[in-house]
Amino acid sequence: MRLDWELARRGYRRYAAYPAATAAGAFTNTIFGFVQAYILLAVYRHRVDIGGYSAADVVTYVWLAQALIMTVHVFGWQELALRIRDGSIATDLARPIDPLRYWLAFDLGRAPYHFLFRGVPPFVIGALVFDLRYPSPGDAVAFAVSVTLAVVVSLAFRFLYNSAAFWLLDYRGVVTFSITVSLFFSGMILPLAFFPVWLRAIAHVLPFQSIIQVPIDVYLGKHAGASLAGVLVLQAFWALALLALGRAALAAGTRKLVIQGG
Amino acid sequence: MVDTLVVYRRLIGAQVRSQLQYRASFALDLFGAFLISFLDFLAVLVIFHNVPRLAEWSVHEVAFLYAASSISFALCDLAMGHLDDFPKKIRDGNFDLLLVRPRGTLFQVIAADLALRRLGKFAQGVVVLGYALSGLHIHWDLGRVAMLVVMVPAGSVVFGSVWVTGACLAFWTTEGGEFTNAFTYGGNFLTQYPIDIYSTWARRFLAYLVPMAFVCYFPALYVLDKPDPLGLPSFLRFSSPLVAALAALVAGSVWRLAVRHYRSAGG
Repeated sequence: MRLDWELARRGYRRYAAYPAATAAGAFTNTIFGFVQAYILLAVYRHRVDIGGYSAADVVTYVWLAQALIMTVHVFGWQELALRIRDGSIATDLARPIDPLRYWLAFDLGRAPYHFLFRGVPPFVIGALVFDLRYPSPGDAVAFAVSVTLAVVVSLAFRFLYNSAAFWLLDYRGVVTFSITVSLFFSGMILPLAFFPVWLRAIAHVLPFQSIIQVPIDVYLGKHAGASLAGVLVLQAFWALALLALGRAALAAGTRKLVIQGG
Repeated sequence: MVDTLVVYRRLIGAQVRSQLQYRASFALDLFGAFLISFLDFLAVLVIFHNVPRLAEWSVHEVAFLYAASSISFALCDLAMGHLDDFPKKIRDGNFDLLLVRPRGTLFQVIAADLALRRLGKFAQGVVVLGYALSGLHIHWDLGRVAMLVVMVPAGSVVFGSVWVTGACLAFWTTEGGEFTNAFTYGGNFLTQYPIDIYSTWARRFLAYLVPMAFVCYFPALYVLDKPDPLGLPSFLRFSSPLVAALAALVAGSVWRLAVRHYRSAGG
């Protein structure tokens, strides 16, 4: 536990070391937030309600999604794949902690940094310009739990597609494909409530809604009581299932791994 | 000038040959880029699944904007997308190498790469354009055909100028990649939709400071024969080439200013 804590602190500090890059990134999130907010508000010129979302819900959705992009790191992460390709994974495997646990602890330290410095500033700017919705204290607590679970689901999925590098020399295609599909079906591009029925049905059987859509719905108070418990359990299920798959991929990959030179 | 083009063709020719060495891998990359950008257009269709019109624009009209923006951006991305990695050259001092060679520095930076897989996004733009035109009843005359032919390169030049200006930031900050993304990728995203849906201050910023409104919106009003919902003067519809030339001029001047400011990291 102590070790995990230390790793998490390293994760936080590694990103805290580059404040200028963080500021530039937060600026970009803000611009995209504005563009998307205006596009969706234009949709609401003709509608008052889409799938249970009011205009205020949807604008809040947009800014929360921008705040979560880096927190859950949906736009991709290739560190494990790079370490497999250049052979550094051999050092990682020699350590007394396995890579999956290492990266999980590291990522749970990274996420709060990105939430505070990549997430909160764009959201505050959005709140100054638009009428956003704010959660009840109970929903705020549930949101914190849900975002934490979202980070674990996301990390486990990223670990999984990075493991492709054990088998593929050119893993870029797998990585890009995974990022695109997960972005689209997470609700990052558009809320899943906007999707036609058949597309929503696909989104609901995939794990990706647990990364963006579910935490935002929790914030907006769309779930209460048993429904709230249900979505949190769903997130926990996907977190455990993907971590198990990640572990299996790591084990299979390690058996196959050949490191040249040294 | 001709001489420069010959050198460009040689340098890019070498790049292209090397990328075509692994045909299967290249074909997969290309197809992947096509599919991925298709998912991007699906978002537009999903929006129109919920509403018949976005402001005063139909799905085919928005598809037209989307296609024009995508094709312009893809061409620019093809030729200059690698500018995203430019700050690294400043950080590690490798920019020095460019200064001692007998060609312009900007030329060398641009001629360093041409990522052919980005043609996948170009192909997607062409397919979307086909979809848009199939549902629009445009009275094609010489002026409209000419506008369609001119608006794409003009849009590319505007995107490219923004990209170069953004890359110049690296001379002062040694980074800034992410900051530039807001204007390049962000510009691509926002020009896919009609400018009149944005708020007044955002539109002014886009029309006058970063001239994204000239990439598709104004030329498209002419091609689609639409009255401007904003009621802006109609000569704006024809000014894209001029604005593009102006943007390129500004970008070139900023680049020259930036290079004068350059102090080597001693790579």
